[in-house]
Amino acid sequence: MSRIVAAMSGGVDSSVAAALLARETDAHEEVIGVWMRTHGDMPEGLELSRSCCSPEAADDARRVAQLLELPFFILNVEREFGARVIDAFVDGYLEGATPNPCQACNQYIKFDELLRRGLAAYGADAVATGHYARLEHRDGRWRLMRAADAAKDQTYFLWVLDQAQLARTRFPLGELTKPEVRAIAARLNLPTAQKPESQEICFVPLGDYRALLDERRGYAGEPGPIVDGEGIRVGTHTGYAHYTVGQRHGLGVALGEAVYVREVVPRTNTVVIGRRDEVAERSFRVDGARFTAGQPEAERFTASVRIRHRAPDVPAEVTMVGADRFVVETAEPVWAPAPGQAAVLYAGDECIGGGRIAPAAS
Amino acid sequence: MAIYLDHAATTPLRAEVLEAMLPYLTEHHGNPSSIHASGRRARQGLDEARETIAARIGAKPREIVFTSGGTEADNLAVKGVAWAASGRGRHIVTSSVEHKAVMNACAILERQGFEVTYLPVDRQGRVDPTDVADAIRTTTVLVSVMAANNEVGTIQPVAEIGAICRERKVAFHTDAVQAAAFGAPAPDAWQATLVSLSAHKLGGPKGIGALYIRQGTALLAQQHGGAQERQRRAGTEDVAAAVGFARSMELAGAEPGRTATLRDRLIAGLTGLTGVTLTGHPSDRLPNSASVVVEGIEGGDLVAAMDLEGIEGSTGSACTTGSVEPSHVLLAMGIDEELAHGSLRLTLGGESTDVDIDRTIAVASSAIERLRAARVMVETA
Repeated sequence: MSRIVAAMSGGVDSSVAAALLARETDAHEEVIGVWMRTHGDMPEGLELSRSCCSPEAADDARRVAQLLELPFFILNVEREFGARVIDAFVDGYLEGATPNPCQACNQYIKFDELLRRGLAAYGADAVATGHYARLEHRDGRWRLMRAADAAKDQTYFLWVLDQAQLARTRFPLGELTKPEVRAIAARLNLPTAQKPESQEICFVPLGDYRALLDERRGYAGEPGPIVDGEGIRVGTHTGYAHYTVGQRHGLGVALGEAVYVREVVPRTNTVVIGRRDEVAERSFRVDGARFTAGQPEAERFTASVRIRHRAPDVPAEVTMVGADRFVVETAEPVWAPAPGQAAVLYAGDECIGGGRIAPAAS
Repeated sequence: MAIYLDHAATTPLRAEVLEAMLPYLTEHHGNPSSIHASGRRARQGLDEARETIAARIGAKPREIVFTSGGTEADNLAVKGVAWAASGRGRHIVTSSVEHKAVMNACAILERQGFEVTYLPVDRQGRVDPTDVADAIRTTTVLVSVMAANNEVGTIQPVAEIGAICRERKVAFHTDAVQAAAFGAPAPDAWQATLVSLSAHKLGGPKGIGALYIRQGTALLAQQHGGAQERQRRAGTEDVAAAVGFARSMELAGAEPGRTATLRDRLIAGLTGLTGVTLTGHPSDRLPNSASVVVEGIEGGDLVAAMDLEGIEGSTGSACTTGSVEPSHVLLAMGIDEELAHGSLRLTLGGESTDVDIDRTIAVASSAIERLRAARVMVETA
């Protein structure tokens, strides 16, 4: 008997993924529904009704598993999630970067902790999630492909997966559009059919991460200068870690035109701003590179690059600098590459890998 | 067919109990407070059930108040006595290993102005009676110490504690929900003022329990309405459940020696594995309870792994949504927090067999090995 873990967040996507998986499996396969407890309960009143991982979401996941007649367990990953995702998120801000917690969760929790512990605890040799992405097996390798629904494609968060992880992964929703998924949920009468999209970061109540910096690392923020491209002070900020590259709102600077955060400098507690055209770049460095189907053979190659979820891809030249670093030169300027965010590489519809945008060389 | 080793959580309903209940779920539908024949018939069932339970524990029928279960009985005992005696004093003594029903009832009372002393326990989970004596003040109105622990099975020296309370003229409550499955609670021998009971730990139905309240004890009802249960617990009684409860009390306590032999084999098998340690007292423990902590694993993972191989156990702690909080009982016993995460509780029943024990040990052994191999501890930042 082989078993597959259906990672169930309590949202409509993973509910339908579990349902499709349960329908596809035969007598030799068993689907186990698992909801991961990633963090403690939020204080009363701050509970995130729209978040995927609240205890309320566990109730929804359990109800769906009951309807699908799946064994259902709660896997406690609070400590691992705390260290690998929440602390990494906080530390990212303290380093002046824009962290990417969903990607860290995929890399370390869903496709690592869950795979390992799922195998040991449930005897499962694969994990299925409700991500919109596809897998193909070509030329002896697993290929991570964009979802059929381009608007929902989530490969931007999945580029961190390697061959060993992809070989044990299923994406039952890869060929479907969101409306199709909702229709299936409605047809199966799943209680999650009408649930709204989760958009917030699951462990940040009301999207305000500042309190978290204080709570986890004692960073209350110290006021410092906001400067323009010439280094002239144009305002005061509440603490560098409260700002991210590309941010427009909350700067309290009136220069007669829209300005954006161009750079965050922890060492001097400085926030540098610029006009819209000043925050666009044609070249940036990337480190922590990983490749889904193996290291590219050429040292220099062309690819499309995406630097934030839902941003358009841009054609680029990629030059490897050692095994896990590369430089991206884009054909046209890309807007506000933020250190810490992922630069994800595509060859056509295949997501070939990516890395984290490095701070601008100073 | 799964091997069910979670009898401390609940037990299967016994066939004899169901049989006794059925007439009260069908033809005897009356409200026991009604005047007419249907009501009288229901009342007879309720009265007989109360007499049976009272006789079983050496009490008078009027000293038995039916509740919705052990939790309500604990709440009624702790809050009911505390408030009734609040004019005399507002201090309560309890242990640090009580069931959540007592713990959280005390916590609420603390927020309402009472003071609570939580007595420590030794490594085996036992309260020292001299600590009870030392903790009692002139303002103490209640001592509450359980008869046997639900997580680790340790039996408390309730008779000694009861004697101290008697001498100091302080009401003594004991939660005997787990203990009642193995020998009837003895309020007189324990010199207990109040004793909590529950049916579903004894092969009875869920949703019914009782509080023994020694005659003459001042108690403030916690649920108000009609005059049922001598005005100590309003609401129409669940007659069928009460009848089933009584029948389960009559049948309880059979073969504790046989169960204890199986338990000892199970404990020996589990603690023979590397990094597995018994929790609770080695001999003064419930005859059906084998509880351990396992190094290097998460108890919930082990319980899930064993479940998928047909063995139903528990981590031993209330774990509604996989809460990461380790058991307050294990922590109170001085068990390291990291180790307390690896708790496993297996509680046997009358139907457990030697074959079940062998299989359980084999399954636990391989599951523990698998889980340990898979666990890569996260560096603590």
